[in-house]
Amino acid sequence: MGIRVQPQAFDAGVELGALHAANLGVGAVAVFVGYVRDFNDGREVAGMFLEHAPGMTEKALERIVAEAQARWPLLGVEVIHRVGELEPGAPIVFVGVTSAHRDAAFDACRFVMDYLKTRAPFWKKEDTPDGPRWVEGRTSDQQAVERWQR
Amino acid sequence: MIRIQYFARYREALGRDGETLEWTPALATLNDVRRQLLERGGAWDVLAEQNIMCARNQDLCGLDEPVADGDELAFFPTVTGG
Repeated sequence: MGIRVQPQAFDAGVELGALHAANLGVGAVAVFVGYVRDFNDGREVAGMFLEHAPGMTEKALERIVAEAQARWPLLGVEVIHRVGELEPGAPIVFVGVTSAHRDAAFDACRFVMDYLKTRAPFWKKEDTPDGPRWVEGRTSDQQAVERWQR
Repeated sequence: MIRIQYFARYREALGRDGETLEWTPALATLNDVRRQLLERGGAWDVLAEQNIMCARNQDLCGLDEPVADGDELAFFPTVTGG
């Protein structure tokens, strides 16, 4: 399992290949990649700054991944989240999960993303034509994570 | 002493990224700490937000989490990563 919080870009293809190559028992890889959009909540977005809480953020991600590993028979998990200045089109987040079969990989990948969105200390500040603005949390993200608690 | 960190919009609203406070038995939970900070008024009203999030010793927790001397606390707005 790997967790990286970094300003540098990542290559999703390279990460996917490494996850697969790590274990010949891997029959399934599920990957989610999130990107910066150029539009949000009715405003153009020219770029954004991603703030995190060094130490606390990594610890929160480790906890989320450990929960996924306890819940599904996973062979590997890789989480990469970028911080700092990001432009539209830039990849922000990579979640890759491997398992013997697809169900565990699909479900665990979504579980990690849903918890990351609501429990990992990251904050987006967007550059818009009206100036910078902090992105507010969404109720739909909260509802997504609550599905896993039923 | 307890150490308190503020992040993102709260850090900007409060004009600081953290501070240390003398711990007293009256600060039994994170909510007690928040209430004491709210007494400062003005910009500190931001901590009254209903969806405020907090952490104790780098673990996310609820406002009812106990606080002990030497703890490192954090208050921050809803997270928006991913």
